[in-house]
Amino acid sequence: MIEALELLTNTSLWAAVLRIATPLIFGVLGALLCERAGVLNLGIEGIMTMGAMAGWLTVYLGGDLWMGLVIAAASGGLMGLLHAGLTVPLGLSQHVSGLGITLFASALAYYLYRLIVQVGETPPTITPFKPLDIPGLSDIPVLGPILFSQTAPTYLALISVAVLAYVLARTPLGLAIRMTGENPHAVEAQGLNPNALRIGAIVAGSALMGLGGAFLTTAAFNSFFPEMVQGRGWICIALVVFASWRPGKALIGALLFAFFDAYQLRLQTVVEGVPYQLFLMAPYVLSIVALILVARRAEVPEALMAPYRRGER
Amino acid sequence: MRLERRETVPLALVATAPLVAIFAALVLAAGLIGAAGVNPLSAYAEMLRGALGSRLSITEMLTRATPLILTGLAAAVAFRARLWNIGGEGQFYVGALVTAWIGHSLGLPGPIGVAVLMVCGMAAGAVLLAGPAYLRLRFGVDEVVTTLLLNFIVILFIGLMIEGPLRDPLAFGWPQSVPVDGDYRLPDLVPRTRLHIGLLFAIAAAGVVWLVLTRTVFGVETRAAGLNARAAAFAGISLPRTIMGVALVSGALAGLAGAVEVMGVTGGVTTTMSPGFGYAGIVVAMLAALHPAGVVAAAIFVATVFVGADAMSRATGVPSFIADVIVALSLLTMLVALLFTTYRLRR
Repeated sequence: MIEALELLTNTSLWAAVLRIATPLIFGVLGALLCERAGVLNLGIEGIMTMGAMAGWLTVYLGGDLWMGLVIAAASGGLMGLLHAGLTVPLGLSQHVSGLGITLFASALAYYLYRLIVQVGETPPTITPFKPLDIPGLSDIPVLGPILFSQTAPTYLALISVAVLAYVLARTPLGLAIRMTGENPHAVEAQGLNPNALRIGAIVAGSALMGLGGAFLTTAAFNSFFPEMVQGRGWICIALVVFASWRPGKALIGALLFAFFDAYQLRLQTVVEGVPYQLFLMAPYVLSIVALILVARRAEVPEALMAPYRRGER
Repeated sequence: MRLERRETVPLALVATAPLVAIFAALVLAAGLIGAAGVNPLSAYAEMLRGALGSRLSITEMLTRATPLILTGLAAAVAFRARLWNIGGEGQFYVGALVTAWIGHSLGLPGPIGVAVLMVCGMAAGAVLLAGPAYLRLRFGVDEVVTTLLLNFIVILFIGLMIEGPLRDPLAFGWPQSVPVDGDYRLPDLVPRTRLHIGLLFAIAAAGVVWLVLTRTVFGVETRAAGLNARAAAFAGISLPRTIMGVALVSGALAGLAGAVEVMGVTGGVTTTMSPGFGYAGIVVAMLAALHPAGVVAAAIFVATVFVGADAMSRATGVPSFIADVIVALSLLTMLVALLFTTYRLRR
């Protein structure tokens, strides 16, 4: 028991929280942006897989790490465009289309990986992003290792939270996106094109999801392998609800979640006699519990999952 | 250009939609096969030969189609009522686990034991989906996310059980559950192949589901709930009862798939026994336009792609992931094809 509490004073735990939260922050922001515009994007799991593969492959083939992130975002955006094409102008079921995108994007990622990379006994590796070493800041006791020795994409994720929160809450574009998710007819009445706004939001949101996937292969690990996203996309979908569709709360949700994940990993080493699978289940169980807790007072965007066709109500 | 709703949905269009969708998916995937430096036509020929070229390959394909029919039915029943059960994979696994567990030491004669085990597998799947259905009805929690997350929880639980209480001591450290008793292994349908009579159970299940959906009050209520929930409620249909009923039936069908797979093919349970039967079941259901008879045909198509792709991959070196690409693409093209059965393009 004492040992379990002692873990909490370990700086490596708190540094791990930010690291584990990073792909979730990207993913939850992406899903949130899509849903704020009125479209559920269940393609997230596959889009993250695609981003993980594309980012890794770019670096493996000689690209720069930042180029890897750009390609990952672009490949995510491309998959998002496919989802947008199916769900916005065609108005197809967002559930089924999203699942289709997940199946397609992950299958395509595995296929291209196998096609281009010769896989032997162990998957090939790249040199990933290194933790930053900011003179002065990184040397501060406790806070230094936690806040100032992360890899660059983690800071990019934190900046994205601020940018998205600002754009959604404080700019005309953000207002238009939010209105598209609440009442696309009103958007049309303002002379704006709700479907164009939706397509844009889905592509941008999917690019963020792609970045979340790429973090796994270019910063957290150094190789790509099947099933590596491990349901993080679905957890992000749950986190959006938990966060009431707000970027700031989404950050808190991702951090809270990452804390429990980091803690259970370390608990496994001190608690004996409990099967490790029970610890691994915790993140998924936690997501379901979070959904139940907030479901009653969820402020769902009014027009979420309602396709908009001009002249049809 | 805009979409205009058709006044009537021509049956001929609905019947040809899957064919058009599959053709389009194959054309799109041909580009990827070409990227591997292989002629797509000869690759597809290899695929057909691999799945349908010999008596053995046909039985292999049908063995693969058996669980797909059942998970496809599970998805079709649920989707008809707009219950988004994406948890077929988890329900398959709990059905399999419970069957192996109880079937390992069940003191009943063969056929009765098989029937009991099938019921147990169905009950396990039904219970697993009842949870998310309850959460949706009671708290308004979206069942897509809960059923998806449950898949991960179930796989971990299976791992826990087969490394712990249900570990097969005779499996030489290989993580596998104890097998079902030999008395409950399903007899072969074709001698000296893996094809077992579970295929007949699956086809019978499709028949029963079709009868229930078209000839019973429950079936009509299901459709009404899916087409227009508010109107259905106004007409006096209890939505919660219908949704819960649908959840029990859908979960039971996916659980049955797991039970049949254990008794027919694997004997024991491993964490890799399903190559995504639950997820592929969603594609099967959509390709079938959620129709039970179509589910059988769609399951045979998907099984052909999977079994054929393995053989094609060995012969040509094209990664066998192409099967997943084709299946996923056909889901997306089918969605579009279905749209044009109810809408048409107008200038």
